[in-house]
Amino acid sequence: MAGSTPASLSASAPAAAPAARKAQRFSPWHEAWRRFRRHKMALFSAVALFLIVFGVLAGPFLWPVAINEIDFAAKLQGPSWAHPLGTDDLGQDLLARLIYGGRISIAVGVAAMVVAIFFGLLVGAIAGMSSGRVDAALMWVTDLFLSLPQLPLLLLVIYLFREPVKGVLGVEGGAFVLIVAVIGGTRWMSAARLVRAQFLSLREKEFVEAARALGASKLRQVVQHILPNALGPVIVVATIDIAAAIIAESTLSFLGLGFPSDVPTWGSVLRDAKDYLDIAPHWALFPGSLIFITVLAINFIGDGLRDALDPRRVL
Amino acid sequence: MSAPVSAPTAASAADTAKPLLSVRDLRKHFAIRGGILSRVVDKVHAVDGVSFDIEAGETLGVVGESGCGKSTTGRCILRLIEPSSGEVWFQGADVMKMNHAQLQAMRRDMQIIFQDPYASLNPRLTIGAIIGEALTIHKLVNSRQALEDRVVQLLETVGLRPDHMRRFPHEFSGGQRQRIGIARALAVEPKLLICDEPVSALDVSIQAQVINLLEDLQEQFGLTYLFIAHDLSVVEHISTRIAVMYLGRVVEIAPAAELYDKPIHPYSEALLSAVPIPDPTVKRKRIMLEGDVPNPIRPPSGCHFHTRCPIARPDCSQRSPVLEEKRPGHWAACHYRD
Amino acid sequence: MAEPLLDIRGLKTWFKTDDGMVRAVDGVDLHIDRGETLGVVGESGCGKTVTARSVLKLIDMPPGRFEAGQILWQGRDLIPLSMEEMDKIRAKEIAIIFQEPMTSLNPVYTVGDQIAEVIALHQKLSRKQAIAGAAEMLRLVNIPNPQRRVHDYPHQFSGGMRQRVMIAMALSCQPKLLIADEPTTALDVTIQAQILELMQEMKERFGMAIMLITHAMGVVAETCQRVTVMYAGNVVEEASVEALFGDPRHPYTQGLIRSIPRVDRSAEKKQRLEAIAGTVPNLLEPPPGCRFAARCKFAMDVCTQAVPPLKEVGPGHYVRCVL
Repeated sequence: MAGSTPASLSASAPAAAPAARKAQRFSPWHEAWRRFRRHKMALFSAVALFLIVFGVLAGPFLWPVAINEIDFAAKLQGPSWAHPLGTDDLGQDLLARLIYGGRISIAVGVAAMVVAIFFGLLVGAIAGMSSGRVDAALMWVTDLFLSLPQLPLLLLVIYLFREPVKGVLGVEGGAFVLIVAVIGGTRWMSAARLVRAQFLSLREKEFVEAARALGASKLRQVVQHILPNALGPVIVVATIDIAAAIIAESTLSFLGLGFPSDVPTWGSVLRDAKDYLDIAPHWALFPGSLIFITVLAINFIGDGLRDALDPRRVL
Repeated sequence: MSAPVSAPTAASAADTAKPLLSVRDLRKHFAIRGGILSRVVDKVHAVDGVSFDIEAGETLGVVGESGCGKSTTGRCILRLIEPSSGEVWFQGADVMKMNHAQLQAMRRDMQIIFQDPYASLNPRLTIGAIIGEALTIHKLVNSRQALEDRVVQLLETVGLRPDHMRRFPHEFSGGQRQRIGIARALAVEPKLLICDEPVSALDVSIQAQVINLLEDLQEQFGLTYLFIAHDLSVVEHISTRIAVMYLGRVVEIAPAAELYDKPIHPYSEALLSAVPIPDPTVKRKRIMLEGDVPNPIRPPSGCHFHTRCPIARPDCSQRSPVLEEKRPGHWAACHYRD
Repeated sequence: MAEPLLDIRGLKTWFKTDDGMVRAVDGVDLHIDRGETLGVVGESGCGKTVTARSVLKLIDMPPGRFEAGQILWQGRDLIPLSMEEMDKIRAKEIAIIFQEPMTSLNPVYTVGDQIAEVIALHQKLSRKQAIAGAAEMLRLVNIPNPQRRVHDYPHQFSGGMRQRVMIAMALSCQPKLLIADEPTTALDVTIQAQILELMQEMKERFGMAIMLITHAMGVVAETCQRVTVMYAGNVVEEASVEALFGDPRHPYTQGLIRSIPRVDRSAEKKQRLEAIAGTVPNLLEPPPGCRFAARCKFAMDVCTQAVPPLKEVGPGHYVRCVL
């Protein structure tokens, strides 16, 4: 093919420059970041969340106090220099326990989200790309899971599998895997439905049709064209899933079904504190606040991402 | 049901060389499902027995109002939508019988450009990736440098600058996006380009740029176009021959100038007279059609047009007219016009 | 000369966005006399729709704001009016119909209820009388079986019929001015012809003026008496329809007329279309000077320095060009 340009056409190119001036060299992800930055609450939350995550990760090095050092002389103390967040009924340092617990809570939240999104993407993508029976069957399973009462199911699964899993993976590891599996396994449905809906609408888009016309395989259509455009809303759901999983873990721990009772998590610390609310309110206040702030921050970030990744702004 | 044995070609006799594309009695019925068991409760007769030929190098315009099946016809030819029945012959090969690999190979020679310049480009890819995709898929280049060179060449061909390849679609205007879509289609050096309403979504002053570009490219690369549009003046300008569609059927095919001067079918006549002329000194008699286009789920019996036709007679609702050659190269489907 | 029905003077409607001020309407002058049809033509982003919505103050503020100018309705400036005062003018004196009739009709009410509501806004009528009035309006706009269809919901009407319903609703208070914002753009060409004819018929019956906003030069040529051509927030040319098509003076108008293929000129077809190069400019902080200069074949240095004034080149024919 010759590369010559018909003369009359070249005039359009220079005039294009001013129109594109503002947006120059910004990929869609840059654009999203630009919009996210405008969402003050989300930006503030991101900073807060960063501090919390940094705190629980770096905490043990900055505050090297053992989590299980029992000191009955110092039990149920309020905040002091020796114990900035006070102590519990065994005189254990709450700051150290909450730093440790935060690692577990956040790790559970993130891991459960990964499980939920993985299954959600898998089920949603398969349902969205196939039509007819496969789609109907997968959505039927999704609806089935959605209609299961979640908490009783969690209790049942944990009762049934706690001992066998513990035998294989040890006490803490077993509890972690079980809790992540249970929370993630009961939270993938909304992601699946969302992904399916995204796929159904995106696969009819003309750019996907164009790829098909160019001979792109189904895998290429999904990986190159559909998935990247479906990702925005999935990221929002994923964010909010982390928050929900943190809450779910706290609930389980609060009910005594989470980690073994000597392992502190934010939920289990809260549970231990509940009998001492009148004499040691600080004990419940700190883990409660941490859960609250973390979950709230994640939800605000989710809101900000929702605006930033709004497909209508890009498509 | 009408099943024309012969089909309209540019040449009146069938003795000329084989056409590039032949479509025979093409049909597409979309099932409407309802109820809990998703049973087929109804069918939309989107394309209802369409036949035509396209000669190499010509532009066949397809006009019609919304719901006439013109876009579905275009997509069925490429098998982007699987037709319900009918035949499509492209370069002597039966497209309907092609397996996956043959179809992929065929799509190097037949490409499509779309109406919506916003929905037709993947917003997450750079222009370079969009235009270069086909080159990668069909392994038409063997190095990164060759890919880039080819993309630059294509960009220049459609009147864009080489540095545009690193930008994203949202940085371009509608007309520029349409140029990108054209460059993407040209990457595989197709012989036939199906243009599905390529200028309908563009501003008036930009439409002319894209029409001129398409005309230049046709001359430069010897392209053949199937040009689908609802705007009769655009189709008339760019086409060698024009097919007029109504409710899934072709009602008339004629050379562009002849269709304007001497339309045969009453629908073509009404359609032409409804086009507003940008000249207040031209006064014409307008043939006003009553009512709306009927629902394609239950198209009228017999001639689909009889419910709105100014010259309809009782038997028009009984018998389907067949597309026949009323004058040399001028085909129409009407019982009462010659 | 008699006072015009609507007289827009130096109107500037700007929108504050995150990226800066968008000067959507940037100094528009136009007027409509009683009973005339004024065409307002231009491409997307030229400000024609914002101008129309400004007249009825249907602009969200913020982000929009009236930066300057007057909108004189029978001599009275509408800009300082409160929303309550505007409600007395909307529908009763100035009515508007939009491009997409489905989005301007409420899907959960029958069309009869919706028309009756407009009728009842300005007349004391019982519900029964109002519904009867609605049916009468549907009959006027040639909807078959108006007595029965008055009880139908919007989705039961086709696109063309919905636009008829919109026209019936707009005319139910017999306004003096009907603003039609791309009323036929979403319709097929044979339906467009029906709707344009209906508007013509209604105009003669009610003696109202029409402000027809469109991008289609053909529609303007066939339905309007006068035309205002807009480009990038400015009026670039104003003339009678004969003068505008017979002797277009602004390079943009000339380009617009020459760039459309003509179905009635088959003899000289295959003649290349004269395209206007470039793209519609960005209204975000536009550069000084003529907005069209960047795409104009005749642009000179002076064109980029200041916006040229509208000058009279013939009776009632105004052009914003230094040439």
